[in-house]
Amino acid sequence: MAKMKLYIGASNPPMSSEMKTGDWGTELAYIDKEKCIACGQCITFCPEPATSMVEEDDKKYAIVNHDYCKGCWICYTVCPVDAIEMKTKDIYKVEV
Amino acid sequence: MNYFGPGHGACPGCGFPTAIRGAIEVLDGKVIAVNATGCLEIVSSMYGRNTWGVPYIHSVFENSAAVAAGIETALKALKREKEGHVVVFAGDGATFDIGIGTLSGMMDRNHNVIYICYDNEAYQNTGNQQSMATPPGANTTTTPVGKLQPGKTGKKKDMVGIAVAHGVPYAASASIAYPKDFQRKVKRASEFEGSKYIQVHSPCVVGWGIDGKLTVEVARLAVETGLYPLVEYEHGKLVRVRKLKQRKPVEEYLRLQRRFRHLFKHEMGKEMLERLQRIADENAEKYGLDA
Amino acid sequence: MRKVVRGFYAIAEAVRLSKPNVIAAYPITPQTEIVENLAEMYANGELGDVEYVTAESEFGAASMVLGASAAGARAFTATSSQGLLLMTEVLYNAAGMRLPIVLVVANRSVSAPLSIWNDIQDSISIRDAGIIQLYVESNQEAHDMVPLAFKVAENKGVLLPFMICVDGFKLTHAYEPIDLLEQEIVDKFLPPYKPVVKLDVNNPVAMGCYAPPPYYMEFRVAMEYAMERARKVMIDEFESWYELTGRNWGGHVVAESCEDAEVAVVAMGSVVPLVREVVNRMRQDGKKVGLLKVRTYRPFPSEEVRKALENAKKIIVIERALSIGAEPPVTADVKSALFGIDAEVYPVVMGLGGRDIPRELVEKVIDDVMYGKVKPEKRFESLNEFEEVIP
Repeated sequence: MAKMKLYIGASNPPMSSEMKTGDWGTELAYIDKEKCIACGQCITFCPEPATSMVEEDDKKYAIVNHDYCKGCWICYTVCPVDAIEMKTKDIYKVEV
Repeated sequence: MNYFGPGHGACPGCGFPTAIRGAIEVLDGKVIAVNATGCLEIVSSMYGRNTWGVPYIHSVFENSAAVAAGIETALKALKREKEGHVVVFAGDGATFDIGIGTLSGMMDRNHNVIYICYDNEAYQNTGNQQSMATPPGANTTTTPVGKLQPGKTGKKKDMVGIAVAHGVPYAASASIAYPKDFQRKVKRASEFEGSKYIQVHSPCVVGWGIDGKLTVEVARLAVETGLYPLVEYEHGKLVRVRKLKQRKPVEEYLRLQRRFRHLFKHEMGKEMLERLQRIADENAEKYGLDA
Repeated sequence: MRKVVRGFYAIAEAVRLSKPNVIAAYPITPQTEIVENLAEMYANGELGDVEYVTAESEFGAASMVLGASAAGARAFTATSSQGLLLMTEVLYNAAGMRLPIVLVVANRSVSAPLSIWNDIQDSISIRDAGIIQLYVESNQEAHDMVPLAFKVAENKGVLLPFMICVDGFKLTHAYEPIDLLEQEIVDKFLPPYKPVVKLDVNNPVAMGCYAPPPYYMEFRVAMEYAMERARKVMIDEFESWYELTGRNWGGHVVAESCEDAEVAVVAMGSVVPLVREVVNRMRQDGKKVGLLKVRTYRPFPSEEVRKALENAKKIIVIERALSIGAEPPVTADVKSALFGIDAEVYPVVMGLGGRDIPRELVEKVIDDVMYGKVKPEKRFESLNEFEEVIP
């Protein structure tokens, strides 16, 4: 068995991006590309951050990285144009 | 380059990650982060899973200010001061309570350090025990609601005032509801030589009993009711406050949080509500919050 | 240059010559004068590129030294007694974070009751922290050991804090003719500090992470391995020092006439020269006694102690500290080093709180053991008979 590498003195920089926290929440955020005005509010507020700005055909808009979105609803509350929708994950859609 | 996160273990809807990331970003990542034990340290710095893209050190609970002072001194001795800002990220427990001695020493010697206290108003990492930053009336596990008391009966310490009394060049309070304002304050602080103190109000979803949906609203209401005035002191003079066009009654803020909900039912609750309103009124008068 | 100076000056001078980058100071009797001397040197510009910081408490001083070392600076502080106890949390932390800070502890008793006088209870109390501990017998040795402490602590295979224990008042305030070191000698011996990891914006690392169960134990055991490596590193450096300065302080222990001794006395610190004198005089009278000076207390030199004492029938351990409720500390380590060897160990606790240890007392202690007048169990010497009054 390979020996464990023990870093003496310090631990190396970001490795927790391996921790995909996207499986934490019951909902995930989805940004409507058409409604988005690229104001940057969700980028500023997202605690992870799971949001980022992309550009496509001269249109700037924000997207949510579902590898990390914890479904906290903060972006939903701060979006000025209601471009964000919180959708329940399929595994939590329970038929009662 | 990700300076902080993603992949850290903060609760969904936690207030402080916004602030931490914002602070490092506005300083262009030229930050040496010193962290006290607490929620931030636990969620972000597990061995092998650390989320910090900047140099980071965690020592013990109460010495983040002294460690930062030591780092700043070392950088001065090694002629490396221009490399980056020494920034402390410490919770309210580490700042107001156990670490106040080392913080006072650091501020007294005026080390060139930006001290950012994320104020979630209790020892949240260990399960919501009261700290000297917990406001009166709050239900915490060490000041629970019972026959004898409606939650905490003590007061909230004025740490910004203590910083100003030390004669630091810059002291301010901020809130995560206004992240751009907080970032501006961090940037402004970095322009001064000496110890800078910034306190940022960060709601805790678990400890305060709110949903992630309410994090930003609750933080905003704390400011809008006058319970958490946003002030800015430069060289001891109050240079800026966030004025309130229409100051809201404290109930609007308190009603949303489970830690204050008992005040609307408890027999001593009415008195406490009046006390909290009085605090808000006094803040408004002291800082001139009412526009 | 040979000068008659006080112990604290010799220590401060040695610190100056070792070119630290950060010195954190907090006063406590009897080490105050060490940092006072350094302050004077700093104020007169004699300390070079050093930042001298006056801390708000020993806790702050230790934390600053920790932070400075983490940032890549050579850092130093001094303390005693209550200050050391207050620093304990940070020193454990620094040892765990593998930061090579150097501490001079001017040994002083611990409260309560408050006592500013000398015994070694303070540094003994922190023996489990993973900090290298060396006890000196004279101010010359203290002066010599400071650069050595930095060299050993900063060694890549060690990376542990190093504590030089100097008896308070008895050594720190005593006048002694010292061969003060020259800067070139120290520079030849001690190169500038090259940290293995440091806080650097261009190469970010995270120090002091928390380790959950799958990792924690390995970190602590790594400290054990480092202590083991420190044994050889220290011996090598003691030899280098001898070659460079002509002063041979010996290894981890110094055995004097122990090969054929019937009664061997184990001692640490400033009481050693006195015991040496008594032993030499007794040898002249034909009594077969020997002295084992223990220099390195951590890592405890079990092999060397066992080898030195293998022929002794009766071993006296002079203790100037207590482990209340159990075997006195040095005795416990000596007994475990001698496990399996047929010998009687006589722990003698004396000199607590600065109580005088006169020559006659040492002679009596040796005679009592030699002529079988006492049993091999924990004893207190020069203790007044007392009656407890509990209201």
